[in-house]
Formats: sequence, structure tokens, C-alpha cells
Amino acid sequence: MTDIAQGSPEIVTEQPAKFAMGKSMKRKEDPRFLQGKGNYIDDINLKGQLYMALVHSPYPHANIRGIDSSEAMKIPGAVAVVTSKELNAYNVGWLPTFHGLDKQMVLADGKVLYQYQEVAAVYAETREAAYDMIELVEVDYEPLEVVNNPFKAMKDDVLLRPDREAKTNHIYNWNVGDQGATDAALATSDHVVKQHVVFPRVHAAPLEPCGCIAEFDVMGRLQFYVTSQAPHVYRTALFLVLGIPEDKIRVISPDLGGGFGNKVPVYPGYVCAIAGALVLQRPVKWIETRTENLTSSFARDYHMDIEIGATKEGKLTALKVNTVADHGAFDAAADPSKYPAGMFGIVSGSYDFPVAYANLDAYFTNKQPGGVAYRCSFRVTEASYLIERAMDIVADELKMDPTELRRKNFIQKEQFPYKSPLNFTYDSGDYEHTMDVALEKIGYKQLLEEQAEKRARGELMGIGISTFTEVTGAGPSKHFDILGIKMFDGAEIRIHPSGSGIIRTGTKSQGQGHETTWAQIVAEELGLDPQNFLVEEGDTDTAPYGLGTYASRSTPVAGGALALAARKIREKARKIAAHVLEVSEHDLEWKDYAFHVMGAPGKTITMKEVAFAAYTNPGDNEPGLEATLYYDPPNMVFPHGTYVAVVDVDRDTGETKVRRFLAVDDAGTIINPMIVEGQIHGGLTEGFAIAFMQEIAYDEAGNNLATNFTDYLIPTSLESPHWETAATCTPSPHHPIGAKSVGESPNVGSPAAFVNAVIDALSPLGVRHIDMPLTREKVWAAIRTAENAVAAD
Amino acid sequence: MNEVNVSMKINGKTVTGSVESRVLLAHFIREQGGLTGTHVGCDSSSCGVCTVLLDGYTPVKSCTMYAVMADGHEITTVESLAVGGKLHPMQQAFWDQHGLQCGYCTPGMMLSSIALLKQNPNPTEHEIREGLSGNLCRCTGYNNIVKAVQQAAQVMNQPELAAAADD
Amino acid sequence: MFPASFEYVRAHSSDEAFAHLQQHGSDARVLAGGQSLIPAMRYRLARPAVLVDINPIKEFSYLREENGFLVIGATTRDAQLEFAPFIKDRYSLITAVSAVVADPIVRHMGTVVGSICHNDPAGDWTATALAMRAVMVVRGPNGTRQVPIDQFLVDSYTTAVNEGEMALEVRIPIPDAHTQGSYQKIERKVGDYATCAAAVQLAMNADGTIRQAGIAITASGPIAMRVAAAESMLVGQRPTLELLKAAAAEAPKIASPNADQRGSSEYKKDMTRVLVGRGLKQALERLGVTA
Repeated sequence: MTDIAQGSPEIVTEQPAKFAMGKSMKRKEDPRFLQGKGNYIDDINLKGQLYMALVHSPYPHANIRGIDSSEAMKIPGAVAVVTSKELNAYNVGWLPTFHGLDKQMVLADGKVLYQYQEVAAVYAETREAAYDMIELVEVDYEPLEVVNNPFKAMKDDVLLRPDREAKTNHIYNWNVGDQGATDAALATSDHVVKQHVVFPRVHAAPLEPCGCIAEFDVMGRLQFYVTSQAPHVYRTALFLVLGIPEDKIRVISPDLGGGFGNKVPVYPGYVCAIAGALVLQRPVKWIETRTENLTSSFARDYHMDIEIGATKEGKLTALKVNTVADHGAFDAAADPSKYPAGMFGIVSGSYDFPVAYANLDAYFTNKQPGGVAYRCSFRVTEASYLIERAMDIVADELKMDPTELRRKNFIQKEQFPYKSPLNFTYDSGDYEHTMDVALEKIGYKQLLEEQAEKRARGELMGIGISTFTEVTGAGPSKHFDILGIKMFDGAEIRIHPSGSGIIRTGTKSQGQGHETTWAQIVAEELGLDPQNFLVEEGDTDTAPYGLGTYASRSTPVAGGALALAARKIREKARKIAAHVLEVSEHDLEWKDYAFHVMGAPGKTITMKEVAFAAYTNPGDNEPGLEATLYYDPPNMVFPHGTYVAVVDVDRDTGETKVRRFLAVDDAGTIINPMIVEGQIHGGLTEGFAIAFMQEIAYDEAGNNLATNFTDYLIPTSLESPHWETAATCTPSPHHPIGAKSVGESPNVGSPAAFVNAVIDALSPLGVRHIDMPLTREKVWAAIRTAENAVAAD
Repeated sequence: MNEVNVSMKINGKTVTGSVESRVLLAHFIREQGGLTGTHVGCDSSSCGVCTVLLDGYTPVKSCTMYAVMADGHEITTVESLAVGGKLHPMQQAFWDQHGLQCGYCTPGMMLSSIALLKQNPNPTEHEIREGLSGNLCRCTGYNNIVKAVQQAAQVMNQPELAAAADD
Repeated sequence: MFPASFEYVRAHSSDEAFAHLQQHGSDARVLAGGQSLIPAMRYRLARPAVLVDINPIKEFSYLREENGFLVIGATTRDAQLEFAPFIKDRYSLITAVSAVVADPIVRHMGTVVGSICHNDPAGDWTATALAMRAVMVVRGPNGTRQVPIDQFLVDSYTTAVNEGEMALEVRIPIPDAHTQGSYQKIERKVGDYATCAAAVQLAMNADGTIRQAGIAITASGPIAMRVAAAESMLVGQRPTLELLKAAAAEAPKIASPNADQRGSSEYKKDMTRVLVGRGLKQALERLGVTA
């Protein structure tokens, strides 16, 4: 294992490199991607396939008085048009949402509830013909009053979902913590800081849109190729929707061109493709347009009011949060059943609040449904942003340095496991150390000096800190399920006679590099070469059941399953080793990646040798060397980090320039530093986009204003800052390899750092908060308002 | 049906087809050419995952071009970069520097990078970022793409480096 | 998304192209770089029945100086200007604008003439052509005619090119050694249309007074606009900070930008002032003149 080709990440970790783990092994999956041989959904074509396209509603809210497809069917190559009428006849007109609390129309059933809602599906011999057809499907709409925000929705003047039993736009209330004690503590605090903070509606927007091909094969079995981050969940969902037994469904998720949560939901288009394939007895292909991708789901859209109490010395006394959530037309949030607001309870963050209370009410509006966990462990991003933004406001109010306020209130490392007032048990962390590493590395003192000089000259420079804590790795099955399925994950390892092997999991990489890191975990446990493991994911016929890859759960859950499955193999290997070495298995110890006979130096056997023996000389032991294991984690994991942003603001144009950005992450044990660093870079860029550019905005009339990449802004290399990274290491005490997670941390932790930096730059003008995205105009307006206020004095 | 005969050289091989005039170059390459390394990611000429090289080293967005416009021209796609199983220095650099994650933008990004180095063999980080700003990447945050282009520039300017790396 | 069906016609000469345009009239559109037209067709916002492809016309691709003008042919790409050494040496406004039009890949297909003919309200080349006092050459039924850019740009997406006609080239007076320009653009990201942009070109007399000023703003109204009041305020004067400030203040007076996701009308108006001011300052810096 000495000459594994390694990349050279810049990230510095505190963790010692091991045998296969902790090394920046170059990615095993890359050669196919580098040569244009990835196998993405649109690269798959089945003989005789039809192309499907969808008719979308131009209205955000309307009754449908009729649909006439006769003109569309005259297009050469037209095959069929399907509406809710046909779907209802097959009982597939509606889909259950993932947490089981609502259902969603597949095609508009009598009315449309948001702009771009799917109204009809057309099937044609060519893609071009399908798009010609959708123009000619005549839909007779009767526009209705639009509810474009949750505050209007809560008045219940317009009932959006008469199909539901409860005749209200209110979906649910969720709360956690001690309201009475929190109110009492706030009433007696020296300072109470209040702020309204909006986390805008955004979209994950992977560069590859979603898509599928459905085929019923000659045996009547559904072969369903689909862009899915959770293929097994899809199989079970399809059983629930279509009533097809699971043995008659094969879900294959090929290479995914990014996901970020967008490829978790089961979209109406998938059901239409399957229905078409069933009825027309031909394979049906559907690839989203970018507009379809951007208008069929969303993330965030939380309107939050926070109150924080503090003593005059800066000790936090209480936290209270009240949130109004905009869920759009259907409650299709991808949250676990018992956690309709996801892990929003992490809102007390890295701080030791004596008491806290969080309350949330969710509403229907005439907007796209969703609430997907966009690079986020179910609403952790909203929570982390809120508390980290609010900490800066508290510091400002108390005239304290934001790092000092944080230092004074961090949960101390000896307090772990720490029971938070909002009911999480944090596993481990050393927040002060991580912050110190960050402040040292960025040169915080010097930056403060530079800032003071610049302020004296009237220049606007800001330093923003975020010392966030995440909760990831759902999760213990007693708490978490999707569609009733517990959130465990399966791993299967099979070792071949030559000491190589195959690894299968129920997760699904979308670029995270599982083909490399999974091999490293198993290789580390078994002392085998990680280059010699094939990693397979995404085929429900072969992979063990798993809940999939999202919410930063792959390493915490499947990673644990892999390590434990490997240890299961090691235990079997011990028996075979004992047989080969002719000793009792109790005389063997596993040390330095081989079995040694205790007390007999030099009498050893490697795993590679054991693997061969398992097939050639197993003795009385069952031949073969493989294991399958389902891992149900005992707790979540709690990664944390300190991020520092340095920003210059142009007074005239409102332009913000992120001059430096440092991320110090503590993800516990790191499997591959190069991949970890890459994940951090990518997540920071998405966090940057959310802070400054990305928003699914609607106008007053309910029109969606971000329906393609000319309006939903993905940063290019030129806007994106250069990222600096470092890592501290506080292993998770309960995870088999001490790993936490990292893929989402940068997206969770960075928005607050960016916004805090900009507000810090503007603070000499008296600016206290601006909601994201911090566009030039918003910053310009804040500066002008402040200047005018000064002028008026 | 407005059908046209289209013939072009893709990676040195002539590809001919009778297609509708509205067929985009990206789809011609993928379907008539059978080369699926050229991807499609948007409808608005925004993402650049469809980037190919036209007549040598001119990068173009193949979904903002009709196939018929490339009739009689030469197209280079990602599939031509590795020769005889040996990766192009740009491919090698993207691998070494972890300049890709999901791989969807990678073919277009590498072709743009090759075109950039043709124009400017020693670009600064800022010039690389400017030169690649027509290609979106959603995974890498661009840091490692910049590093990859820097590595490739170094190797491509000193072919002996590439040769040494082989030994 | 996929365009509606259209008839494709390939032109190999100016005469052929012209004949096709005459024949098909309003059904036809000229296909040059296609970088605005093709996305519009993919969204079916544009659906011409006939596309006349002028790309095969070899003699349409040129970039040369003749008779005191820089002449740019109908299929000359943005990137040809961006990378031409003589442009970099002597045309500071064109150098600046050619690096910020659309994105680097689009610039390899997009054409200067096509962009001016498209006459998008947020066009970069239209503002540049105004600042440099360009002249468009149009082929009509009675031969070719020259149209000054101010008359060429009629309204949003409308120019002096009539049905059945085509623009052949743009002619830009060659700046002398005492002429410098600047292009100031605010965009939300690379590839976005300008939130606001200003094209500025200043020519100096030997005595330190301004001989000629070209100032235009874009994304500030239905079409790119010349800030004539600012130009006349500057000509014949020695540049001072007060004068520059006063000239820049003329821009928002004529701006009537639409509020959209790029910003409010108020914001964009103020940016015309800021960007014209910055453009003037940079042009003077390039001239080595201290205001």
C-alpha cells in the first residue's frame, strides 16, 4: 500500500495518517469521468423508447375547466397525452410525500396550485415532437386569487387545499424546549436582542437536471433508471404508489451529475414516465429542462424571529425562536416523519443556553412544493445561520468582540456528551480550540488593526465569524424514518480469494467520491489495498437496503456499517487464520494490519493470505469471506467549525468582495483529506451563492422569477473566492471510526460568516441586518439609507 | 420536416446524418456521433457543460449551435483527449488535483482549459478564473480546477515533465 | 428545450444571403453567431420560419483598419477583437468591452455586428458603438448605405435594418494617440446582462482640453443611450474633478431603467452616474491626465 497515488490537498489536519485512511488517495472513479465515459441518465437509451415532455401551468393558482389534446395529437410522431383523468383511473393521481403527512398531485387534478405545476404529460417518437406537442395541449384555466406568502396564507382567506380534511392553510405546529422557563429568563435578562431573519427560498440546482427512463421488460418487471440519491427509498415508494411488488421493480441510479438534495424527492414526472411505459408498453425517457428542474422543488424559505437574552457581562441566558415556514403547494418537505421541522432544534448552536424554546408553524402557499434538504441535514442550515447571525447582533448590542461573546458561551469540551435545551445530545467537540486555530491562521488581530485604519479613512471592511455546530447522520432508528422506513444503512463486503473485493452500500454518491472513501474504510479495517476494491451503489437488485445519500448521512451511517461489516469479516478471518496457523483463535491478535500469534514473534498471517485460505483451506469453517451488516447508529454526530470571512464593500455600488475566507472544520476522523477539502470548497461556493446571489424569488402575482440559469445565479470561477481550509479533529466517540461528516458543513456554516462580514463592514453606518441574498442593490440601499439618516440629523 | 444533411469530423472521424435543422450540435455529437461525454445542463447557454472545440482550439457551446452550422467543420470532444490509454496532461492534472467531483462539467471545463492555455500558456490564477468563467461547476468551488490548470500549464509548457512523469 | 422547426438556408456570398432575405421577408432571420437567437429559439420566444446562415460567407469575417476606420465584418466574433494584438495596443474601450461581453465561450461565436443588430436594451456593443461614434453599413434593395449608430438604434430589438435587408459591417473611427476609453459594467455574474454599464471615450487636444467625448450608457432605457449633455459639457474644457462629477450627474437624468431582478430603477439610475464617473476617470488615467 506504499505507492498509492495521492493528490496534494492544502488542508492541514491534526489527525495522524493511518494505513489506508487519512490519506489523500486519488479518486478511483475519476478515469471514466475524465474521459467522458461517465454513465449519466441521458446517456442511457433503450430500444424503442418514447420521449416524454410535460405541460406546465402558467398560472400560480387556477381551476382547470378542461384540457384538449386533439391538436397536440396531430403532430407527426405524437403518441399519447396523459392527464390526471387517466392517472386517477389507474389510482396513481396522487403521491404520498416522504414524511407521510401529505400527498401531492402527480398531474394537476382539477386545479393548479403553483406556477409551472405539471398539468399533462405528452409522449412522442422524438424529443422535438414532444416539445411541439406541449405547445398545442389546450388547457382552459380559470385563474384564482394567489397566496404568495405564508403571512397571507395564515389569514385563511383563500383556502388552498380543500382536498385536505383540515380546512386551513396551516399545515402543522412544531415546538421544542421549555417555553415558560424561556419567557421567564428573557423577562429577567439584562439585555434581550430581537431580530427578524429570513432564510430565502433557494434551489440545489445540480448541473445535471433530473431524469428517468422507465421500461417494463418482457417479464413485466419495471426497470427504472433514475437520477436518485436514494434508490431503495424510490423502490419502496413506487411500491406504495403503484402497488407493484418490490421484486418486480429494479431501480438503477446511474452516475449522478450532482445532487445536493435535489435528487431525493420522487417527482411527478417519474410517475408519468412509468405510467406511460406501462400503458404504451414502450420505454419512456424524460429528462428535465432546466426550468423544470428549478420549478419542481425548493429548499429553506424560513421566516424566523429570534430573541436572545444576555447578562450585561455577555453570558447568554435564554433563546427563543418563532418561525413561519413556507412549504408551497404541498407539504413535500423531505424531513423524517417525526421531525417535520427537521433538525431545526440545533438552533441553540455551539452555545450553552440554560433554557431555550423553538416554535414553528408551516403554511401552504401557491409556490412550488419541496423543502428538500439542500446540502443540509434537514433544516440545520436555517438554524445555524440564524444563531450565528444573531450572535453577531448580540455582540454588537453588548459592544463585545463577536469572538469574545462566543468564547464566553461555548459549550466546553468537558461538557460532552452535552444535552442541549432543545433535546439533542451533542457527541463531542472543542469549539474554543477550533476557533483559536482559525483566528491564528487568518491573523485576526492584524485584520482588526487593518480594519481600524480603514474605518478611519471611511473605507468599509468587514470580518465575519461563524462558529457553527451541525447535527447529521440520521439516524437512530427509534427517532428517524422516511415513509416508515427506519433510517439505517446497509453495507455488504465480499472478499475474493486474491484479497481484493467488492463493496456494496445503500448510499449513492453524486460526486462525493464513495468509490474511493468506502474502499479506504474497508481497507483500513482489513489491511488490504484500497485500490483493489470495487464499490457498487445505486442498483437495488444488488445493493443492500439503505436510505441513501443526503443530509450528510453517508459516512456517519453507511461508513459505520462498512467499518462494522469489515470487523465482522475480521472475526471470521480470525477463525480461518487460527486454522491456517494451527493455533486457537484466542491466541491471535490483530495488530499492524495482520494476525499475530501472541507470544510467537514472526508467526503472522496477513488478510490477503487469510482471504486465499478462506477459499482454499478454510478447515471446518464456512468457506468464503463476506459480511452484510445493517447499522443503526446510537446517536447523531455533531461536526463543527469556525469560518472567517474578510469582505470589502464598495460604498458607491454596494459591491461586496470576499477578499479572504478561511474554513476550519472539525469533522472528526477524516477518511480522505483531499476529498474532504474538495467537499469544503464546493460547499463554501454554494454558501457564497446563497449569501450573495441565489434566490427563487416570486413577484406579487405569484410568478416565479428564477426559472433558468439566467435568473437563478450560480457563481462562476470569477465570482467565487479563493478558499483557505484547515481541520481540527475531535472524533465522534460513538461512531465506529470516529467520523462525523463534512459535505454539508461549509454550506451550513458559511452563509452567516459572509453576512456577518458584510454587516460588520457596514456597522459604522449603523446597519444591523440585511436579509440574503446580499445583492449590490440591497447593500447600496442600506448605505444610502444610513447616509441619509446621518444627513438628516 | 425541415431535414438537412449534416457531415462533420468529430475527433477526426467523419460523422454524417440527416437530421432536422433544429437539432443542436450537442445532440448530434451525442446521438449521431455516439459520444456522450458532451453534456447538456441548461437551455440558456449559461452552464458550458456542452463545450466542445471547433476547428482546432475554438471553444463553443454545442447547445447554442445548430448541428448544421458545424457542417463541414471539425469538432473535438473530451473523448479524443486520452491517446492510447494515456491521459492528456489536462486530464491527468484534473485527476491529480481533484479538479472534479460529479464529473458532469468536467469535459467542458477541460476543453475550455485547453483552449485557454492555447491562448495564454502561462495564465495567472485570475486569468484562469476569467478564462473559465463560461463554464459552471457546482461541486468543486473552482479552487482545485485552478490548481489543475496550473499543473497542466506547467506540464504542457515543458513536455519533458510529462515524459518524466511516465517513468 | 427544443426550438420550433425552421427552414435552414446557407448563404455562401453576400448576394446569396441578400437574395434569401429578399425572398423570405419577415419570415427570415439572419443567423450569425446565434448566441442570443438560439437560446431564444430554444425557449420558443423566437420562432423564425427561415434562418439564413451567413457564417459560411468567408468575406464577412474581417477585422481591419482602412481609411481611418476600424471595420468589423458581419461574422467577426467578439473573441477576434478580444485577442487581436493591435486592438489591445490602441483600442482601450474595445479591449475593455470585449473582455466582459457575455462569457468567454459565448464570445467565440457571438458577433459584434449581430449584437448591435439585436439591439438588446442591455447590449454592450451598442453602448460602445455610440461612445465611439460608429457607422453601420446596411445592404438594402438600392445598394449599401451608411447609417450613423445614433440613427441605427431605433428601439428595443429594432434597428434601421428593414425587412429583407442586412447589416454588413460596423465602422469605427480609429482612435488617435490622444484618445482613450473605458468600459464600466456592473453585472450580477459573468454571463449576465449588464445591471448597468457605461462606455466612455475621450480625445484630448494638445492644450489639455477635451477635444471629443463619447459617453453612452446601457441597461438604462429601451436602448443604449448617448449622454449628450455630458459630452457637450466636457468638450473644450480642461478636466477637473468637479467637471467630471457634473458630467456624470447628467447620466441619471436621461436614464429610465426598468426595475427588475438586477435592481430597482433608482439603483440603476444611480449606477449610471457612478459608472460614467468611473469611466471618465479611467479614460483620463489612461491618457495620463490628472483631473
